[in-house]
Amino acid sequence: MKQPLRLVLILAGLALGTVSHAQVKVGDLFPDVKGRPDARAPAVYGAVTIVDFWASWCAPCKASFPAYARLNAAYASKGLSVVAVSVDEDPADYARFVARFSPPFAVLLDRGHDLVRQVSVPTMPTCYVLDRRRRVRFIHAGYHGSETDQALRKEVELLLSET
Amino acid sequence: MKSKIPIAVAAFALTLCMLCTGCSTAKAVRVHPWDRGLLADSVMDPNRDPLGSAMMEHVTSSREAASGGRGVGGAGCGCN
Repeated sequence: MKQPLRLVLILAGLALGTVSHAQVKVGDLFPDVKGRPDARAPAVYGAVTIVDFWASWCAPCKASFPAYARLNAAYASKGLSVVAVSVDEDPADYARFVARFSPPFAVLLDRGHDLVRQVSVPTMPTCYVLDRRRRVRFIHAGYHGSETDQALRKEVELLLSET
Repeated sequence: MKSKIPIAVAAFALTLCMLCTGCSTAKAVRVHPWDRGLLADSVMDPNRDPLGSAMMEHVTSSREAASGGRGVGGAGCGCN
C-alpha cells in the first residue's frame, strides 16, 4: 500500500505544480507593481496608467517604445504614467535595450517572471490601460502600429476625462 | 485480490492527475509568451539565409518543376 500512496503523493504534487494564474481581464484589479523587488519606478500609478509587457527579443516591442514615448510626452503632464515591464531573463539584454531606447517613462525588470505570470499575458507585447483605481479598462494584445496608437490615445483621453 | 486494489487505486490516481495537469489538452505543450526568448532567436528562423534559400528553391524548381511551400515567416516568438 506504501508504494501507490507515494505515487499518489508525487502525482498530486505534479498537479499542484501546474496550477497557473488566471489571465487578467478587463474590469479586474491589476496587481500592484510597487512592492516588487525589481520595481524601481518612483511613481508607478497615475490618473491613467499604461502597463506594457515587453522583451528585448520581441520585434513589435521595439516598434512600440517610440509610440509610448510620444504618448508619455503628450499626456504625462495630465496624469498619464507609462510603466514598461521587461520579461527578459538576462539582465544584460534588458540593460542594452534600455540604453538603446532610453525611454522617458518608467521601466522595470520582472526577472523572476512573478508579475507576468500573475497577469498571464496572452502575447508579447501586451499593454494594459488602467484607471485611477488600478482597474484594467482596456487591453491591447500585440502592437499594431498606428491602429494601436490611435486606440491608446482615445482610451487615455477618455480615462483622463473621468473624474 | 489483495494486490489488485492498490493497482486500481494507482491507475485511478494517475488518470485523475493526468486530467488535472492538463495532459489531455494542448495546454501541456504550450510555451508561455514570456518564455519564448530562445524561440525568437534568429537561429530558429528556417529562412535565416534568404540567398541560400532562394538558390535551393531555384534548384528544386529546376529539378522538380515545382516551387513554394517552404517554411513560415520569421522565428518562433509568435509576437503580435
